[in-house]
Amino acid sequence: MKYNGEHLFYGELGHGFAVLSFVASLVATIAFFKASRNNLLAEQKSWIKLARTAFFIETICVFGIFLTLYYIISNHYHEYYYAWNHSSRSLEKKYLFASFWEGQEGSFMLWNIWHCVLGWILIWRAKKWEAPVLMVISFAQVCIATMLLGIYFFGAKVGSNPFALLRNELNAPVLFTNPDYLQFPKIYEGNDLNALLQNYWMVIHPPVLFLGFASTIVPFAYAIGGLVKNDHSWTKYAIPWAAFSGAVLATGIMMGAAWAYESLTFGGYWVWDPVENASLVPWIMMIAGLHTNLVYKSSGYSLKSTYIFYILSFTLVLYSTFLTRSGILGDTSVHAFTEQDMTTQLVCFILIFFIPAMVLYFYRSKKIPTIHKEENTYSREFWMFIGALVLCLSSIIITAKTSIPVYNKIFGTNVAEPEDPVFSYNQIQVFIAIIIGVLTAITQYFKYKNTSKNVFYKKILTPTIIALAISLCISFFGNINYDVKGAGFMVAIHIAMFAAVYGVVANFAYIWIGLKGKMKSAGASIAHIGFALALMGIIISSSRKAVLSENTTGIALLQKSKDYDPAENITLFKGIKTDMGKYDVTYTRDTFNTSNHKKYFELQFISKDGKDKFNVYPDVIKNNKGQEGNSANPDKKHYWNRDIFVYVSAMQNGTTDDTSKFRPVDMKAGDSVFYSNGVIILNSVVKNADSLNKKLLPGEVGIGMNMTVITKDGREYKAMPVVALKDNQLRNIPDTVIAQSLIIKFNKLADADGGKIELGIKEDQSIQDIITLKVYQFPFINVLWIGIIIMVTGFILSIIQRVRTMASIKSSKKRILVAEKIKA
Amino acid sequence: MKKTHIVALVLIAIAIATLISFMGDVTTYETIASAKQKPGKFVNLIAKMDKSQPMNYDPVKNPNYLTFTAIDTLGNSIEVVYHNSKPTDMEKSERLVLKGKVEDGKFECKDILLKCPSKYKDDANANAKNVSASVQ
Repeated sequence: MKYNGEHLFYGELGHGFAVLSFVASLVATIAFFKASRNNLLAEQKSWIKLARTAFFIETICVFGIFLTLYYIISNHYHEYYYAWNHSSRSLEKKYLFASFWEGQEGSFMLWNIWHCVLGWILIWRAKKWEAPVLMVISFAQVCIATMLLGIYFFGAKVGSNPFALLRNELNAPVLFTNPDYLQFPKIYEGNDLNALLQNYWMVIHPPVLFLGFASTIVPFAYAIGGLVKNDHSWTKYAIPWAAFSGAVLATGIMMGAAWAYESLTFGGYWVWDPVENASLVPWIMMIAGLHTNLVYKSSGYSLKSTYIFYILSFTLVLYSTFLTRSGILGDTSVHAFTEQDMTTQLVCFILIFFIPAMVLYFYRSKKIPTIHKEENTYSREFWMFIGALVLCLSSIIITAKTSIPVYNKIFGTNVAEPEDPVFSYNQIQVFIAIIIGVLTAITQYFKYKNTSKNVFYKKILTPTIIALAISLCISFFGNINYDVKGAGFMVAIHIAMFAAVYGVVANFAYIWIGLKGKMKSAGASIAHIGFALALMGIIISSSRKAVLSENTTGIALLQKSKDYDPAENITLFKGIKTDMGKYDVTYTRDTFNTSNHKKYFELQFISKDGKDKFNVYPDVIKNNKGQEGNSANPDKKHYWNRDIFVYVSAMQNGTTDDTSKFRPVDMKAGDSVFYSNGVIILNSVVKNADSLNKKLLPGEVGIGMNMTVITKDGREYKAMPVVALKDNQLRNIPDTVIAQSLIIKFNKLADADGGKIELGIKEDQSIQDIITLKVYQFPFINVLWIGIIIMVTGFILSIIQRVRTMASIKSSKKRILVAEKIKA
Repeated sequence: MKKTHIVALVLIAIAIATLISFMGDVTTYETIASAKQKPGKFVNLIAKMDKSQPMNYDPVKNPNYLTFTAIDTLGNSIEVVYHNSKPTDMEKSERLVLKGKVEDGKFECKDILLKCPSKYKDDANANAKNVSASVQ
């Protein structure tokens, strides 16, 4: 059958690129391998030339796939499943990138692209390490390329083709009997991008995170190259790369946390969700590797552990790919990613790197130089090694806990997370934080090899006293009483607070005590300050997170217990001020924004003392992709020391189909009448008053009924229905008391002599606009964000410093060589 | 033996102890029938909402009170009480993970995890159903 309006060329082009990229990266792998094994210079050069050509073609292909798919999505060629399924015509332009990486093919492409970029930097800089390092990277490219193939190989489907056609993917035979199927509204419009992902963080978080993931391969590739060549000089080149990886991965992870904080309603930035853990663990391992690498460079110790940490860090990236993409996390994660059946392929992806790496390591391990003399306790390398070991164990513990679904799959058990999963992580990691915080503080005060005890204690004394003083102040006056989990945990939190403060103060002091204020070489200290600040932010914001939206409707909840208070939602009626602890909150109005399909609510917060008044605008976006209901986006009021975090947990739109009728009542001034929730009093009939005249048009005369509504619980509302007269024409202006769903209007004069009038009273049966609200307070959350920014800055400074020193060493060597030649 | 080795061994021992104690904390997935056998024990149920039974949620009266009946694949059912706001889309969800414990024959739920037809997931069947319905 011939279908109308399809653009089949682009799909063939894209898939052609995908297949070619697979072949080119395979050629590059083999050629780089040959080059790394060949000792003859001429032959090596020709292999390198071939390899670079293949890698160049590979790069063109990878960018080709990316651009083709982007072209398809941005032009809304919905004959392609990917474009149809992840975007829509009404989607805002800026989210087109987000729809690009909503599916797993798009995120694999990101990974591919970053590998290419990193590969070219290495070809440019790595010199003799180019061949072995690029061999590993090219091989990873081969593996990722298979994920995008989508072809059948001996009956098994390998990968998933992002250029697959809608009519081949969607099981809707009736639809595709029509040659104009693209014109059907649902096809034409597109299946849209998931509502949760329509957020600006989702445009930048995945590229940064994937750069972080991709960069972990560089130290790994250096390590493999070192094992293959039995040459350990790679370690000095790997340091800036490991620092780079640490900086980018941290940024990517925290952008994800910011996204969770901004747009998800988990109630925070971190909940130890398996997907979050999976991205954190490789970072921790990379930091451990970076530190042992520094130890080896300065003291000759810890070479073996450097190998292990770099291998594990990359393996954990592969493992996290498996966890998040195989669908195995189904029951434990709030983020449930795709469930395309690629499990086998993903497991192979891990093993094909991990097993050869470990075999190679054990094969070489006898030849890896180790120092048998013991490290001095008063040496930097000793404490750095301990720190790295603690980091490694922390990441192993987190991985072991996150892997519960994997055990269930392998052993057929039915184990689930503990009752309070977040606490089960926190209670362990708080001790890790204490150890790492203190080590971060003291370790730089030790010198490599040996430090004189007196000098060490003398230098560390002042920062210790200052840190102790500050943290005691915070402990006593900071109001940290997180006793929900018992006294023991609270003590641990206070100690962790000290450790974090100690980390900040000691590293800050070290810039002057140890480095004499030389900012150029202060990268490590600055990164440590940032890390410790982030720890501080985490401890304060999570131990003092408070729920503000406590239920004040007066309905007692018996189940409320010491460690479990579920009554965290408050109901608001449109236009009615509601008591919420420290604040009175009013849901004033709402608007629907047609360009981003979000419904915004305006909520007015007025503090009880009247000093603070602000509006917040949380919104909801209608769910798409066949889901009903709405996804809520929080809004925040930022203060320098806290955030008020508000989101709409449920909503109900008012209905207009109202069937109740006006009830006629005869009244005269002073009379009262009951209604279902209280009493209505007619105070007086006014003929000339400001409040009356405001409602009249020019030339009208009118009378107003001045009324008071008193509810059962004693609240009072004013009402003034009006009747206006002009040229023998009556105009009725009813008045409403929204809070009581009451409408009152004038009917007629009942008994002109007695001053009796007939009023119509209607109790509106329609439902009002209602929202339920959840409000949290996060104190000092900014400390966390600032800490991360400082840490990343520190990383960047130290990378610059290292690259500069390496360059200057090289040029000075050259100068010496030239000088010797001249002499000769 | 080197000091670093001793420290390493101690730390590894602590890590193992931690994980063992963690194994003591973990809970289990149960069927409704087996959960009823263990009142008071924190369990995870995999079930879905029984739409033939009434669901009670009135945010006007109390936004933190939801009751409904859950039914599992074996056909057993139990009344669920959840002291929080109703998760959007709960009726649509094919699979609910209910965390809580059985008390007095009712399931006191602490947390509900929704397995929606699609969250990030591309469910080809759901998509097909969705589109076909609009065509016919």
